[in-house]
Amino acid sequence: MSLLVFYLFAAIAVLAALGMVVLRNPVHSALSLALVFVSLAAMYVLLSAPFIAVAQVMIYAGAILILFVFVIMLLSPGTDQGVGALKAQRGLAILFGAALLVLLIAVLGGAVLPPTRGTFTPEAIAAEGDTQAVGALLFTNFLLPFEITSILLLVAIVGVIVLAKKRQSISKQ
Amino acid sequence: MDPLALVIIEALIKSIVVIIVLLTGFAYLTLMERMVVARIQVRVGPNRVGRVFGIAALQPIADAIKMIFKEDFIPANADKLIYVLAPGIAVGTALLAWAVIPLNPPLTIFGYTINFEIANVNVAVLYLLAIGSLSIYGIVLGGWSANNKYSLLGALRSTAQMVSYEVSLGLSLVGVLMVSGTLSLTQIVQQQSMIWNVVWQPLGFVIYLVCALAEINRVPFDLPEAETELVAGYQTEYSSLKFALFYMAEYINMLTISAIASTVFLGGYQGPFGILPGVHWLLIKMLIFIFIFMWIRGTLPRFRYDQLMRFGWQVLLPLALANTFVTAVVLVLLGK
Repeated sequence: MSLLVFYLFAAIAVLAALGMVVLRNPVHSALSLALVFVSLAAMYVLLSAPFIAVAQVMIYAGAILILFVFVIMLLSPGTDQGVGALKAQRGLAILFGAALLVLLIAVLGGAVLPPTRGTFTPEAIAAEGDTQAVGALLFTNFLLPFEITSILLLVAIVGVIVLAKKRQSISKQ
Repeated sequence: MDPLALVIIEALIKSIVVIIVLLTGFAYLTLMERMVVARIQVRVGPNRVGRVFGIAALQPIADAIKMIFKEDFIPANADKLIYVLAPGIAVGTALLAWAVIPLNPPLTIFGYTINFEIANVNVAVLYLLAIGSLSIYGIVLGGWSANNKYSLLGALRSTAQMVSYEVSLGLSLVGVLMVSGTLSLTQIVQQQSMIWNVVWQPLGFVIYLVCALAEINRVPFDLPEAETELVAGYQTEYSSLKFALFYMAEYINMLTISAIASTVFLGGYQGPFGILPGVHWLLIKMLIFIFIFMWIRGTLPRFRYDQLMRFGWQVLLPLALANTFVTAVVLVLLGK
């Protein structure tokens, strides 16, 4: 039964991912991406990680993608824009795509990375609570990267304000 | 039978019951709003259709029939698929929140315990925030797909407004989460059997209410559909049942935020001092909130856009951050 649920959401995720690449209208692409995020969240639930699932929906679909859509709507690019610009990249894209495919097949076949059972098995997470597990790791092993990320975001915010102010002073002259 | 299949069947039955109750509730909320606003404006209000004790009991049904028979209009240059999808997304996300709200203490009948929430998720509070952040899509897509400049302006405004107020909304709940030490709404309600969370988190409660009003775009935060400047904002081109669906989403969202405020801050189905816990307490608390929202709508003017942004970022956000900080410090000092 849970396998059935997995296949359902896997199918939705793959189709939506294809749609994101293939669709011409950027808003349609963004929506397909939202569908990918939501089906990925469903898979996290199946993997007994509801916290990650909810965070996935909240951060990616609810915050980041909404800003994408906001920008797309503000700029309202034509549906065919960017196709010409991509022509030069086509050869490289095929090369890297093929490399990625080979890598994926190798990993999936277990040839490169033989699967091992980690510390956080479903039983261990059920005993500790998945939110607690994430929280404990964030405040112990990953404290430094976590704090550095916040500084990174702060730098980005300050950068945006500097850029916006510069444009304002130019338009005044 | 497969245990997962059983869970799914039980959830399906509960969902259908909750959806039917919510949709009926929505219909009568519109009647209540019309009557409350009429009294505030010293008018009589609807009192003709199916009159029972001076109340137009069949008015919502008459409204619904009128809506159904209106012309269903799609603008020529609209993005048809998304134009049709957007009202559905709005209603869908509004209904999804009800999956985790506990309505009644668990009952045991014939050795089978029934929980009165569709799903007891241990990240329920975060789930509510996630669903809330998805609810922006309905409005944004509705406004964009109509290919009308007023709709687009309304959609842009609502994105900026909802993204801004979402931050303070989330932070206002963090205080409660720290006090109760859990993300599960079921546990949060159980912990409030004697003392409600609002006693520990009065500031968080006020910030939550203000931000929630902004999230559901009601007066004084109804800029996305400001009729004096934007015709009707994101819903300008919508008519017939699609318009009704946006309307429905707005009222269900109103029910949802009153239910969340009651559950998180006022003990949900718990009565004061542990008296007779049950769904009636939740309903009473929700009705009080809804009346307050209608009262606000009847008496307050709309914010200007710059006032709205300044209030959100320069008043609510620092207050919410201070609330979180003070709660954390006090909890550490108490050694919890």
